[in-house]
Amino acid sequence: MSAVTMSPGHQGSDMASGHVLIPGELDLSHNVILYLDDITVSFDGFRALNKLSLAIDAGELRCIIGPNGAGKTTMMDVITGKTRPDSGKAFFGQTIDLTRMTEPQIAHAGIGRKFQKPTIFEHHTVFENLELAMKTDKRVRRALFAQLSDDERDRIAMTLKRIRLADEAERVAGLLSHGQKQWLEIGMLLMQEPKLLLLDEPVAGMTDDETERTAELFVSLAGTHSLVVVEHDMAFVEALGGRVTVLHEGALLAEGDLATVQADPRVIEVYLGR
Amino acid sequence: MRTPFTIRLLDSMPRGGWIALALFALLAWVWVPVAHLVLPAEHALHIPAYWVSLIGKILCYMVVAVAMDLIWGYAGILSLGHGLFFALGGYAFGMYLMRGIGRDGSYQSDLPDFMVFLDWKELPWFWMGSDSFVWALFLAMAVPGVVAFVFGWFAFRSRIKGVYFSIITQALTYAAMLLFFRNETGFGGNNGFTDFKRILGFSITAPETRVVLFGLSAALLALCLILGRYLVTSRFGRVLAAIRDAESRVMFIGYNPLHYKLFIWTLSAVLCGLAGALYVPQVGIINPSEMSPANSIEIAIWVAVGGRGTLVGAVVGAGIVNFAKSWFTVSFPEYWPFFLGFLFIAVTLFLPQGVVGLVRKLARRKADDTPGGADAVAAAATPVRVGLGKGGPLPVKAGSGGEIATKGAGA
Repeated sequence: MSAVTMSPGHQGSDMASGHVLIPGELDLSHNVILYLDDITVSFDGFRALNKLSLAIDAGELRCIIGPNGAGKTTMMDVITGKTRPDSGKAFFGQTIDLTRMTEPQIAHAGIGRKFQKPTIFEHHTVFENLELAMKTDKRVRRALFAQLSDDERDRIAMTLKRIRLADEAERVAGLLSHGQKQWLEIGMLLMQEPKLLLLDEPVAGMTDDETERTAELFVSLAGTHSLVVVEHDMAFVEALGGRVTVLHEGALLAEGDLATVQADPRVIEVYLGR
Repeated sequence: MRTPFTIRLLDSMPRGGWIALALFALLAWVWVPVAHLVLPAEHALHIPAYWVSLIGKILCYMVVAVAMDLIWGYAGILSLGHGLFFALGGYAFGMYLMRGIGRDGSYQSDLPDFMVFLDWKELPWFWMGSDSFVWALFLAMAVPGVVAFVFGWFAFRSRIKGVYFSIITQALTYAAMLLFFRNETGFGGNNGFTDFKRILGFSITAPETRVVLFGLSAALLALCLILGRYLVTSRFGRVLAAIRDAESRVMFIGYNPLHYKLFIWTLSAVLCGLAGALYVPQVGIINPSEMSPANSIEIAIWVAVGGRGTLVGAVVGAGIVNFAKSWFTVSFPEYWPFFLGFLFIAVTLFLPQGVVGLVRKLARRKADDTPGGADAVAAAATPVRVGLGKGGPLPVKAGSGGEIATKGAGA
C-alpha cells in the first residue's frame, strides 16, 4: 500500500526519528487505520453514542452489528464529519484528526461512505455518476475546464465492469433497479479510491445472487482497502468472514468472530431479550 | 487528447441552438435597425420606438431569467431576491446617467436635482467617479457581485437551504428597498433616477441610441446563453445538478458545495447587474420599486412558466409573461395580478416542466407516431448536454429522448 508513510530517504540524517510525518498524509505506522476513542454524541439528552471506543486495522474487513438505535449510523456520521462528537477522539491513521475536518476534507483524506438508502445522482447517467465520484482535483476552477483523459475513461470503464453496469453506462441512474443502484453507489465509492470504506447496509434490497456477488467483491477489496460494514443480514456477515463488533445503546458490547459473538449471552440478551 | 476550448464551446450547444441564435442575431442586429431607422414611419414594416424599447426591456428581463435558471434550475437554489441584483446594477449605471444630465437639470446645477433639492453641497463619497462610463459599468457588475458573494458566503456556509434561503433573499431585497426609499441614502429616494439626457455624449432618446442599446441587450442575452450552455454541460454543471439532487452525497465524494454554489450565485448576480445596467437607459427610470419582493417573485414565475433547468425555457417564459403583461397593463391593468397568480398556479399544477417541457413532450409523442422523424426530435429534445467532443464513449444523456433515438434509428 502506497499510503504507508515512509521516510523519504533512508540515508538522510532524520532517520533516527523513525518516519517523517507529512501533514494530511495517512500514517499507518501502527497498522491501525481508524481509532475512535471515548466518543460521546447526544441529541437532546439522548446518548446516541456513549463513550464508544473502537479500532480498525489497516486492510481489515470489520462488520458492525447491533439492534436499531445502537448508534451504528451515528458512528459513521462522526467518522465522516457529518456529526461532531460532544467528546472523544476520532483519528484516521496516527495523525489525521477527523473531528476537526469537514465532509469534503475527510473524503479527500481517503474515507468513502455508502449510505443506508442508496444515494446516487438520479438525473445523471451511470457514467456521469462515476465520473463525478472519481478521485481528482475537485475544486471549482478545475471542474469548469475539466475533460476526461483516456486514462480516466479506462478507470471508469473498469469500474463499470466491476459493478456489472457496463451495459447501463448511458442510462439515467434513476431508472436502475434498487440492487443496481446499490452497486452503482459502491462503484462511486471505488472511483474515489478511498483507503477506508464505510458501508451502511450495502445489501439491503438486493437479491440473493447480488448479495453473494457483493460479498465476493468486498472480500476481494479487503487487504488493499479497509472496510467497515454495518449490516443486519447475518448470512452476509458470515460470508464476509471478518471480525464482528456488536454495538448496543451507543457503546461497544462485544467483539470477535461471528460464532463467538453469537454465542455471547449478552449479545443474545440484547437481540432476543426484553 | 484534449479538445480545444473553442470546440468544446461549440459542442456545448446542439446545432439547432446555434442556428436559432444566429437567426436571433440577424433579427436583432440587422432587421430591427433597418426596420426602425431606415424604413419610413408610414411603411408597413416599420418598427416604432415603443416596440424597440419594449422588446429591448424584455431582452434584459430574459437575461435575468437565464441568470435565475442557472441557480434555480441547475443548482436548486430558489432566490426570491434577484430583483435586488438587477436593481443594484441599474442604480450603479443610473448614477452615470444622472451625472450625464450635467447642468441641463431643473436646477441647472452640477449636482443631480434630488441632491440640490435636499440642499446637499457636494457629491457623497460613493458617487465618486460616477461620471466615468467604465467605472459605472464596473460598479454595475461589482456591486451586485460583492453583495451576492458576501450574502452567499454566510448563507451557504451556514447551510441555509430551500424555503429558508428563499425567504431570507426576499427579506434582503425588501430591506434594500426600504433603504433606497430613504432620501438620505443618496439615491433619489422614492423617485429614484430619471430624466436622463445622454449616454457617452449621445442623446438618450435618439433612435440610433435606442437601436444600439437594443443590440447590446440582444448581444448580452446571446452571450449569457452561450456561457450558460457551456457551464451546464461542463463538469461544473454536472456537479451543480448533483448538489441540487443529493447534496450530502456530493460532500462525501469530496466536493465542497459552498464553493460551487457561491460561484454560480455570484455569477448569476453579476449577469443580473449587467441586465439592470442595460435596462435603465432603455426605460429611462430606476426607482426602489424594482427591489419590491413582488418583482423578484415574478422573475421566478418567468422561469417556472418557461421550464426550469433548460435555459431556453427561461427566455421563453420571460418573453411570454412580459408580453402578456404589457398587453394586460394596457387593456385591463387591474386584472394583471390575478392573471399572474392564475398563471403560476396553472403552470405548477399542469406544466411542472413549463412550456419547454410541454413542447418536448409533444415532440416526443409525435416522434413515437412517426419513428422516422425521431432522430431529429430526440436531438432537439436532448436535455442538459450533448457530449465533450470527439474521443471515446460520449456520455450522451439518455432519458426517454435518447431511448427513442435508438428506437428511431432501428426503425
